[in-house]
Amino acid sequence: MKAPPFAYIKAGTLAEVFQLLETHGDGARLLAGGQSLLAALNLRLSSPEILIDITGIPGLAGIAVANDKVTIGALTTHAEVERSDEIVKNLPLLAQAAPHIAHVAIRNVGTFGGSIALADPAAEWPACCLALDADFVIVNKHGSRKVRAREFFQALYTTAIGPADVLTAIEIPVATGGSRSAFVELTRRRGDYAIVGVAAMANNTQGVLSGVQLAFLGVDQTPVLAKAAMAEVDGKRLSPAVIAAAAQALASDLDPSGDAYSTPATKLHLARVITGRALSALNA
Amino acid sequence: MMDHAVETTLIVNGTPTTRRIQPRQHLIDFLREELGLTGSHTGCEHGVCGACTVRVDGRIVRGCLMLAVQAAGKCVDTIEGLSDSGEIAELQRAFHERNALQCGFCTPGMLMAAQDLIVKKPHATRDEIRDHLSGNYCRCTGYQAIVDAIETVLKAKQLAADERR
Repeated sequence: MKAPPFAYIKAGTLAEVFQLLETHGDGARLLAGGQSLLAALNLRLSSPEILIDITGIPGLAGIAVANDKVTIGALTTHAEVERSDEIVKNLPLLAQAAPHIAHVAIRNVGTFGGSIALADPAAEWPACCLALDADFVIVNKHGSRKVRAREFFQALYTTAIGPADVLTAIEIPVATGGSRSAFVELTRRRGDYAIVGVAAMANNTQGVLSGVQLAFLGVDQTPVLAKAAMAEVDGKRLSPAVIAAAAQALASDLDPSGDAYSTPATKLHLARVITGRALSALNA
Repeated sequence: MMDHAVETTLIVNGTPTTRRIQPRQHLIDFLREELGLTGSHTGCEHGVCGACTVRVDGRIVRGCLMLAVQAAGKCVDTIEGLSDSGEIAELQRAFHERNALQCGFCTPGMLMAAQDLIVKKPHATRDEIRDHLSGNYCRCTGYQAIVDAIETVLKAKQLAADERR
């Protein structure tokens, strides 16, 4: 199908964006890479009055490392994250997750910030940011604030970003020496949205896992931290019994809704399977 | 319909091209309907099938997930451009020889994606070829022949490079 009619403006500054958001209210949508928005427009799931293209605003793209923190500009594309040596070195979880995001042609255009702001529950970056305890930098005409990933994802496609706000950057602490990460995702076809996936982090001190983070995608309205399963592993050496206990605990962490292809029971089962794979990878 | 038309200039296959267009028009409809470049196909129009793959500023993109106005000022290469310049002549020959197309609907997108792989990953394995094509649907061939054709070209190029050494 074709998108409904709308107006288009390419903003040159954030100040211009704030002004346009104030003028058009709910009728405006921000356009970054557009890899989800354009599909939604073509399917007529969304019909904004005006698209505000923010890709011409300077300073919103790029990856910088300083003070034990990686800052990813909201307009940085998935492909740029995937190819970045700084990311491989400082945030390997993101490098592991990037190839799972759609396909090459989509990763070339879609943006990190766009994925976070849309907050699709089956998307990779939101779960990674939850596991990595990221901060999101949100700016409006009154100033800027930071929101932790844990408080950011509120409900289906609903985040801490208000109608007058723009997400400008993502800040993530640099992974420390002993930290391990793994990203496991199951899809029907390479690059499709996840049936279920997990972003996993832990410190591995001579085989003892601590600070374990297991953030799931594709199981609920938002990405989900599996706290009970995390507690089962924390401070322990990995063994079949520990993996089984974590898998068991997932029943209290996750309440997956089914979709056209998988029942809730299937999704929980698959979440358990990938938990075992992810934990084993953290231990490797 | 409300008129939101914007004058937009794109460099298409090396030629600056200006049209007054509606923002809702995506790049593929612009190429096909405004310029008559019908080699790129309009398939699913929501980013799944890959039939609309074109190159923008040297990177492959989904033509249905980019508005033509978003491509203003950018260099767009279509299958017509790649074919006329001879850039993909070897690939086209290999697709022909290996029977890597039947109905041909996916072929322009396949060739764009394949050429992108050949440029970026000249030592790609069969698995990497399949991975790179994961965003392009073919409903006829079963993919085997397409992977064969791309592998043939990659191997021929590697051999030629080895001989030059």
